Amino acid sequence: MVTKTTTRRAHAWAIAATVTDPEIPVLTIEDLGVLRDVTIDHDTVIVTLTPTYSGCPALDAMRDDVTLALTAAGFDDVEVRTTLSPAWTTDWMTDAGKQKLREYGIAPPHARAALGQGPIRLRLAVKCPRCGSLDTREIARFGSTSCKALFECRACLEPFDHFKVL
Amino acid sequence: MTASRPLPHVTVDEVELAAELTGDTDATATSTVAEYALWLGDDALILSQQLGGWIAHAPELEEDVALGNIALDLLGHARSLLHYAGTADGRSEDDLAYFRDESDFRSAWLFEQPNGDFAQTIARQLTASAYMFELYSALRTSTDATLAAVAEKALKEVDYHRDHAVQWTLRLAGGTEESRRRMIRAVRDVWPYVAELFRDEPLIDELDGIAARPSTLRAGFDAVIAAVFTEAELDIPDVSASSGGGRRGRHFPAMGHLLAEMQVLARQHPGASW
Repeated sequence: MVTKTTTRRAHAWAIAATVTDPEIPVLTIEDLGVLRDVTIDHDTVIVTLTPTYSGCPALDAMRDDVTLALTAAGFDDVEVRTTLSPAWTTDWMTDAGKQKLREYGIAPPHARAALGQGPIRLRLAVKCPRCGSLDTREIARFGSTSCKALFECRACLEPFDHFKVL
Repeated sequence: MTASRPLPHVTVDEVELAAELTGDTDATATSTVAEYALWLGDDALILSQQLGGWIAHAPELEEDVALGNIALDLLGHARSLLHYAGTADGRSEDDLAYFRDESDFRSAWLFEQPNGDFAQTIARQLTASAYMFELYSALRTSTDATLAAVAEKALKEVDYHRDHAVQWTLRLAGGTEESRRRMIRAVRDVWPYVAELFRDEPLIDELDGIAARPSTLRAGFDAVIAAVFTEAELDIPDVSASSGGGRRGRHFPAMGHLLAEMQVLARQHPGASW
């Protein structure tokens, strides 16, 4: 049954889902899998977010942006909660999000998250988002933000960011 | 850690842990759990502070960024853990980080070892992250929902930290004569502080099912170190263990200086935000 609450909830979700990552503005928090839940409790909209990385400073900006977006859409009482569990994984990134990343010049996460490999591990090749070559190499495991590594393409010689599998 | 913004709430998953939500959604630690959360939170906080010291001083720009990112992850773990510890007696994460004196900290001595040269930092990172990997692996099944949630999150990040340290250990040990000499010296220098991480203090007996018993983490740690050292052709140093004492509030001499630097701004300008 569609009730007033379920339509308000869907509306609130749609508004919250427009908020983008401050560091990667082509991705919405829904694409990222950071938007976990939107519920309505009487007049309060409760939005639940999860951080990508524990120390990610973008979460504070996302929290503020969600509040602003919902307030602007007429929801006066907004509460944003954060949850650590279940822990965020790049497996939650939508296919649309991965396509947007590629077009933006960032190689999307290219494998499923797999914890507990041995301490000395093999890596899969990362495809260059510009020319599609697999002849790429990692320059630095840690890039401009927690979630990215720095790569270069040996075919087209361009450096690029890679969104790490987590 | 700004004072003006609302602090993030560490809550539990609504689907899998619904029973935890029947009362107040914000979990509160008992004083015993809070003490344990301080152990873990202080380890992460002190190591984070130390690694921050490498920014603009690392051997290459990429390492400034890498060590800065690792420090940021650790600070995230510290915030969650200190926030949770503070729920036991109404203190905030900032109160605990900035307004406790040395004897109230619970960090182990390994994390208090100075940065030294780059090899010494890598040796500290290798042992610290190998320990944290085993710790958070075990803590995922803690009956304390908040600790389990922090562990599940932290483990994935520590996996990257450990990999970073392993790669550098292999490169330094297999690099030039000079880099190998320094890596061997660095491993010897940190080794006395490894044993403290795996010591079962009396507190652990009161946290059955909640804490990860330190002594049970040693086998996993040793297996990882053995695999890395075999590849790097390094030997376990023949040195005796330090007394340690961090869990009881006794600290390595460098700790006072570190705290002074970390706390001075907050103490000069209480409540300031930026």
